[in-house]
Amino acid sequence: MDPKSLRYAKTHEWAKLEGDICTVGITQFAVDQLTDVVYIELPEVGDHTFAGESFGEIESVKAVSDLYAPVNGEVAEVNEKLLDDPARIAKDPYVKGWLVKIKIEPGTTLDHLQSLAQYEKQIASEGH
Amino acid sequence: MPNRTPLYDWHVTHGARMVDFAGWDMPVQYTSIVAEHQAVRTAVGLFDISHMGRFWFAGSRGIELVQNLFTNNAVTLKPGQIRYGLVCNDQGGILDDVLVYGWPDGREMVVNASNREKILSWIAQHQGSGPAAVQDRTRETCMIAIQGPKAVELCRGITPAAVDSLPYYYGTRTTYRDQPSIVSRTGYTGEDGFELIVPAEQGRQAWEELLQRGAEPCGLGARDTLRLEAAMPLYGHELSEETDPFQAGLGWAVKLDKGNFVGRTALVQKAKDKSRPQRAGLELEGKRIAREGAAVTREGRPIGRVTSGTFSPTLAKTIAMAYLEPAYLAPGTVCDVDVRGKAVPSRVVPMPFYKRTP
Repeated sequence: MDPKSLRYAKTHEWAKLEGDICTVGITQFAVDQLTDVVYIELPEVGDHTFAGESFGEIESVKAVSDLYAPVNGEVAEVNEKLLDDPARIAKDPYVKGWLVKIKIEPGTTLDHLQSLAQYEKQIASEGH
Repeated sequence: MPNRTPLYDWHVTHGARMVDFAGWDMPVQYTSIVAEHQAVRTAVGLFDISHMGRFWFAGSRGIELVQNLFTNNAVTLKPGQIRYGLVCNDQGGILDDVLVYGWPDGREMVVNASNREKILSWIAQHQGSGPAAVQDRTRETCMIAIQGPKAVELCRGITPAAVDSLPYYYGTRTTYRDQPSIVSRTGYTGEDGFELIVPAEQGRQAWEELLQRGAEPCGLGARDTLRLEAAMPLYGHELSEETDPFQAGLGWAVKLDKGNFVGRTALVQKAKDKSRPQRAGLELEGKRIAREGAAVTREGRPIGRVTSGTFSPTLAKTIAMAYLEPAYLAPGTVCDVDVRGKAVPSRVVPMPFYKRTP
């Protein structure tokens, strides 16, 4: 998994487009901020997603955060393994820790999201 | 700018995530809250609690003043004995929950950081004429909690005091590297352990020595999950000026027959009133955490409100404390907790949620 090949939302989701499927997860930075993940709520297969709107939640001991969809589309697959063991996301947020796969509408791109360089700049300024 | 404890630099250099807590810059976690929590339950963890207020009341005037403001008995303490109790207002509402240490020459009081100024002001209002009856020693001292099954082993020899034989809820005046120090067998985690008070200038040295001996640094995040498992109340959550000690299940810390004290008249009435909501323990289904303020319902009808909630690392269950109407306090009572709009099935369970093996 090459982080440079991914696109990044300001809300710390990453997205990868392959054909008409967009895979979505959260970044290492997000995982590091959360620590202690106890619960993840994901949509059902067939649910619609709307760019910039919440499609689920991730809860840690400290707080709960929304997960934001980077694109419009329909949920094609959900990472069931994460629902049983949410702490897994910390081990491998970019490969095994993927959250959902969204079937995109034709013509959808990830151009509105940030490159790795832009995202790294964002988190550097955010600090801890 | 927030206050800083003598250990602030250490926390920051060692990667602690800092937060403003009651006007103090405090470490929430160094690594993971769950890992720090487990360290306390299985080995030994260290907490910087220097932000808590430490007050000294000298002489018989001081003892009398504490007796007048404290719900428990501050006069009958044996040397080194420590009692937990409340400071209540005239209506019987809780201003703070505190520890009072008994010494031959006066009384020490440890208060919550969030209530330090409020309690100092309360003391000033009640001390009568004459010089200040209380000395605020907070900034001159550093306070460290050492908690866990290995605490005794870890603390052996750190001061001349014999920690093995120090009874629970007793303290001793001793020295740390030739400077006056107090060690007490007290804590806020439900484990065995000690709280050490040293002069501020020695705080860092004591902290580093304890770490070298094998303790894990732990932050406020783990402090909260630990005390919740032990069903210990937290001011601002289970305790407030709108709550009385009896509702909170702390009637044992109120000695109505010790003589008069501020709030006694109101507390006599509160002790008899069984109609108000009482503190109860809840276990929720699933992993979604009930946070402070969440409504507790039964068949759609509100019956109470959550005051603290978390995922219990030791029990691997979601737990909460709530105030519930008296009809629903029996363990086993089924109810729902509204977690962000969804009803989570729950039931009342006995407290504490966790008890250490003796």
